[in-house]
Amino acid sequence: MMAKPFFRTVYDVPREEYLAPGHGLCAGCTAGTIVKLLLKVAGPNTIVVNATGCVEVSTTPFPYTSWKVPWIHVAFENAAAVASGIESALKALKAKGVLDPSKKINIIALAGDGGTYDIGFQALSGMLERGHKVMYVLYDNEAYMNTGIQRSGGTPVYAWTTTTPVGKILKGKIQQKKPIAEIVAAHRIPYVATANPGYFADMMNKFKKGLEVDGPSFVHVIQPCTTGWKFDPRYGIVLARLATETGLWINWEQEEGQFRVTVTVPRRKHVRHYFELQGRFSHLTPEEIEAIQKEVDLEADRINKLVGRTVIGPLVE
Amino acid sequence: MESVLKITWKRLPLSSNFAIAQAVKDSDVDVVSAYPITPQTTVVERISEFIANGELKAEMIHVESEHSAMSAAIGASAFGARAFTATASQGLELMHELLHIASGLRLPIVMSVAARALSAPISIWGDYTDVMNARDTSWVTLIASTAQEAYDSIIQAYKIAEDPRVFLPVMVAYDGYAMSHTYEPVYVSEKADAFKDYIPKNPQWYTLNPDKPVTIGSIASPDWYYEFKYQQVVAMKNAYDVVKEADEEYGKRYERKYGIIEEDGVEGSDITFVTYGGIFGTLKESVEELRKKGEKIGLARIRLFRPFPSEDIAKIAEKTKALVVLDRAITYGVGISGPVSREIISSLYSRGIERNVYSFIIGIGQRTVTEKDMAAIYEKTKEMLASHEKQKESVYWGVRE
Repeated sequence: MMAKPFFRTVYDVPREEYLAPGHGLCAGCTAGTIVKLLLKVAGPNTIVVNATGCVEVSTTPFPYTSWKVPWIHVAFENAAAVASGIESALKALKAKGVLDPSKKINIIALAGDGGTYDIGFQALSGMLERGHKVMYVLYDNEAYMNTGIQRSGGTPVYAWTTTTPVGKILKGKIQQKKPIAEIVAAHRIPYVATANPGYFADMMNKFKKGLEVDGPSFVHVIQPCTTGWKFDPRYGIVLARLATETGLWINWEQEEGQFRVTVTVPRRKHVRHYFELQGRFSHLTPEEIEAIQKEVDLEADRINKLVGRTVIGPLVE
Repeated sequence: MESVLKITWKRLPLSSNFAIAQAVKDSDVDVVSAYPITPQTTVVERISEFIANGELKAEMIHVESEHSAMSAAIGASAFGARAFTATASQGLELMHELLHIASGLRLPIVMSVAARALSAPISIWGDYTDVMNARDTSWVTLIASTAQEAYDSIIQAYKIAEDPRVFLPVMVAYDGYAMSHTYEPVYVSEKADAFKDYIPKNPQWYTLNPDKPVTIGSIASPDWYYEFKYQQVVAMKNAYDVVKEADEEYGKRYERKYGIIEEDGVEGSDITFVTYGGIFGTLKESVEELRKKGEKIGLARIRLFRPFPSEDIAKIAEKTKALVVLDRAITYGVGISGPVSREIISSLYSRGIERNVYSFIIGIGQRTVTEKDMAAIYEKTKEMLASHEKQKESVYWGVRE
């Protein structure tokens, strides 16, 4: 039996704010929602290492900052390595009696898809292998949004980006999205999860677990991007939920090797509901949408087999 | 002097690499992050042994690249720990991006660099192209010429880096192979905590402390960026005095000091050789022979490369008639292609000091330089001086064209 989740309703969300308003993220950006809730879970005894990206530039235009916890940005590809250094320093100073050994400080590395799937991948893998007690949070908006919507290893197939334009011959991204969370899970770290701000309590419980395990943890959060995905800013959370309702995004966790789907989807929606709200997929033909639907069906079967029961239900609408 | 008596020294046969490892232990470093690269590797091997044997209480981060080595050192230092890393050549190049960030964030990291040639073609042997490529990264840079100096310089480096007038990272460079892998007698402290009065641990730079949250590494618009960079200019200027003071205090306490430029017989000389690193030993030997023949030769060894000691060089130039600069690195595409030669020429020109400065490129990729070469370089310089020849292009000594 799983323990009862810590966060269940909006009333369980702490009132304290550690991400001040007034930052420069786009109206409707869901990264702000994710980070705000992340910090509510982590609390004040937290150090955040932020890779270069939207959140980094939008929250810290000198001389202002939105961060009420210690925060550092060093470069694009090394959030995991910087976090490793902080965690080792914490350990060393505790061992030497400079810091109280009972003092708990959360160390969080926060990076986008570019800083994780691509340029930051080596540093991430190194940190996981060395076993640093760091929670790595990936906010995945599926392209290099900060530099102006270029494709990344996290961009899904067919998606329009400025470097995978819809042309006469090539239409959107040709390759599949890299299964980053599974690759991270292959490092056999204590905790890996995928999360969705549309299911905020589930996401917050995952942040909490990630901070509690003794070793590295990784939480991969889907982050709808109004600017890059081209949707009306009011639909960020609607889209986030649709990603899960269609089975395109499955919320799971792997705790000490045990795989579990945390948000079951009894009745699955057709992927077209997700695609039709986004400009980046507006060029898709009905055939292409059906092809993606088939792949999602297969993935749902695979997950159900893996879990041993139906957690992602049949396609109904 | 009382403080001198506090340290009991033991004399050990050590390579410069091992001397540096010993200095890291004696500096009570908290976090070491490093990646293997020839000819640095035995530094971190020896540090690992110290940690494994409990002689040094520190965390060793076995990073997966030099890029992460410097990133982790930045993280550790930003947390308030005393951080160290070591590298060479391609490793220094791979961490180049972070060299600028370590100094830009004003973190007092210390790094040793076993100076080595750069690819391609790959060469694991020594020269100073790697160090010279890091010239514009705002790291205080010391170049040692003996294993003893390497040991003492690492300890001094923490004194310099952690001084609030500086708060810049410090690099201690020395010859790959010629120093990193040859043994010399080195006096090291008998006790590990012997230097705690000289380099007390009292982090005063901004750190990541949840009780006093700060934002480190924010984005600076054109309204602010320039001021950040100018503060580094000021810190570098300040570093000159701090390097001097650190060395003098070290000398008072421990009876060893090196100065900014080591010089010998410059006053009244006809020609003064200027160089850096371990090749100075060869130079001294060769000059002894030449002096016996009545030649008036001065010697100068630049120990502080950044901030560049222009005033000291000017004073040396005023005491001699001409300078020969032996560079172990090439900056491509300019006539005078020795990096230190260029610094010297500009230092003299801006002070209106008219001296012939002859630039020689030597020891590239560890091409052997012997006493005979030094004597021949001296003869060649005399010829150039006699013919009043102005040098427009460095002499690439010993190369097969």
